[in-house]
Amino acid sequence: MSTKSDKAQEIVNSEKFKKLVKKRLSVSLTLTAVVLFVYFGFILTVAFYKDLLAYKIGEHLTIGLPIGIGIILFAWLLTGLYTYWANHSYDKSVREFRDQILKK
Amino acid sequence: MENFQTTLGQVNIASIVIFFMFVAISLFITYWAAKKTKTTSEFYAADRSISGFQNGLALAGDYMSAASFLGIAGMVALKGYDGLIYSIGFLVGWPLVMFLIAEPLRNLGKFTFADVVAFRLKQRPVRIASSFGSLSTIIFYLIAQMVGAGSLITILFGLPYEVAVIVVGLVMISYVLFGGMLATTWVQIIKAVLLLGGATFLVIMTLSRFGMNPLNLIEKAAAMYGDKVLAPGGFVTNPWDAISLGIALILGTAGLPHILMRFFTVPNAKQARKSVFIATGFIGYFYILTFVIGFGAMVLVGHEAIAGIDKGGNMAALLLAESVGGQFFLGFIAAVAFATILAVVAGLTLSGASTLSHDLYVSVFKKGKSDEAGEVKVARMATLLIGALAITLGLIFKGQNVAFMVGLAFSIAASANFPSLLLSILWKRFTTRGAVASIVTGAGLAITLIILSPTVWVDIFKNESAIFPLKNPALFSMSAAFLVGIIVSLFTKEEEAMIKFEDEKLRTYLGIGAE
Repeated sequence: MSTKSDKAQEIVNSEKFKKLVKKRLSVSLTLTAVVLFVYFGFILTVAFYKDLLAYKIGEHLTIGLPIGIGIILFAWLLTGLYTYWANHSYDKSVREFRDQILKK
Repeated sequence: MENFQTTLGQVNIASIVIFFMFVAISLFITYWAAKKTKTTSEFYAADRSISGFQNGLALAGDYMSAASFLGIAGMVALKGYDGLIYSIGFLVGWPLVMFLIAEPLRNLGKFTFADVVAFRLKQRPVRIASSFGSLSTIIFYLIAQMVGAGSLITILFGLPYEVAVIVVGLVMISYVLFGGMLATTWVQIIKAVLLLGGATFLVIMTLSRFGMNPLNLIEKAAAMYGDKVLAPGGFVTNPWDAISLGIALILGTAGLPHILMRFFTVPNAKQARKSVFIATGFIGYFYILTFVIGFGAMVLVGHEAIAGIDKGGNMAALLLAESVGGQFFLGFIAAVAFATILAVVAGLTLSGASTLSHDLYVSVFKKGKSDEAGEVKVARMATLLIGALAITLGLIFKGQNVAFMVGLAFSIAASANFPSLLLSILWKRFTTRGAVASIVTGAGLAITLIILSPTVWVDIFKNESAIFPLKNPALFSMSAAFLVGIIVSLFTKEEEAMIKFEDEKLRTYLGIGAE
């Protein structure tokens, strides 16, 4: 099945490429862990300590409200953060590798 | 708010005119798209010509169903804060789609997510299993949408249920049949813009009654209905239920076939990434609007009037539209809700048709040997089949309580589609048998457990008590799918799959050789 050129094979085995894959996985998995931590932290609070979210910060306003809206904004900002990292750092390495392989 | 009178259910001229305009424009787009829809890549993936921004809007369009617009606004209107807990679950799946799935999916796949699961494994068993996961997700989702469409249109326009289901079915089939992915995408984009625009306007009109300050609205709501509307309430009766539902919502999003399919419409991984960023932004914005709309309805329309028309509160957003913008605005929002249903069922039908034609007919039945024109013809026949099925199921399930089916679709997506997709992307040792066992376990358990759960066993079959205690099975079915997938893979070594995993890293990470 391997129809790749030697050059391509060399890149797959290179330390530099392995480092890129590792970096990518660590960024994705870290961000995933952050999202899961925040979300399940919230759900567990709702499940076991819901009085915490009913804590008043105004005449009627509860802390649960800014926290809830905050999680929505936070989730979106994380996608922005990832996009920024991928566009600026990851894609640069991708371009270098692609140039090496495609332009012979 | 005293004695709020509604014209809901009477013939609303504005609504009919706006709806027919939407149908006319979307059919015109379909006519334009039909001329550009001849090859498989055009039919399934709009020839990968959709930009990241456009796809972001279309993803948002696919995801913001009438059920989430009307349902969540209604839940907020009647229960307050609990509605927000749902919205958060629906939104938080999106970052996970981005970090784990979107780019490798785009690089490795061609038209369906099963392309990626089957990529380095044995095609036939994996395609058959993942088609089962895919089709069951799509069919349960479709039933919920069609029945919702029928009842909604009956309330909104006074049309008979059957007529409504057939009209929705026929219009939707014509988008997909003639215009393929290109028409479906543009229908989603137009609908997303209308829905976001309509909801924004509704929020502005509502807030104008409260000095443009959402806090005034929320304080008023608490003053009227008590502080409990601003804190978690009956959402959680059993903490494990909350966790299980949470899993279904966030991981289910990453396993919905019609959402995953959209990533093949953009030219490359960078645009796939951009489309998730755009989609997450619009969907998050939309849920925040829905929250304000719910509270607006609570204060300006009132619990009694909302629950008087529909016990679940589904008409809250429409009643609010009438209360702040009169009959014309009610008509506009009603037409948008109708358009929303059309667009969502079109997306579902297209993805069901591609599973039938691309995954089952071509990859399994024809063993991958099929010519372009032949496959497009089969895909069109599959569209007719799924469309007819949607109409038939919509008619069969008339008057049934199908609300649980959306939850079921998300549970199957989280348990059958997501684990196999993620393991095939990330784990070198994943094997064919592991994949098949994982999908069968996930889908089988999700379906069996929901039948035995309080949602179906007690609420629908009217038994005294449920055999399975949780309302949502995802906690068990998803964990079991991962466990079974991993254990079976560890016992069945597949050298070829491991070699391909290394070989294809250039494609996964750099996009070299991607379709």
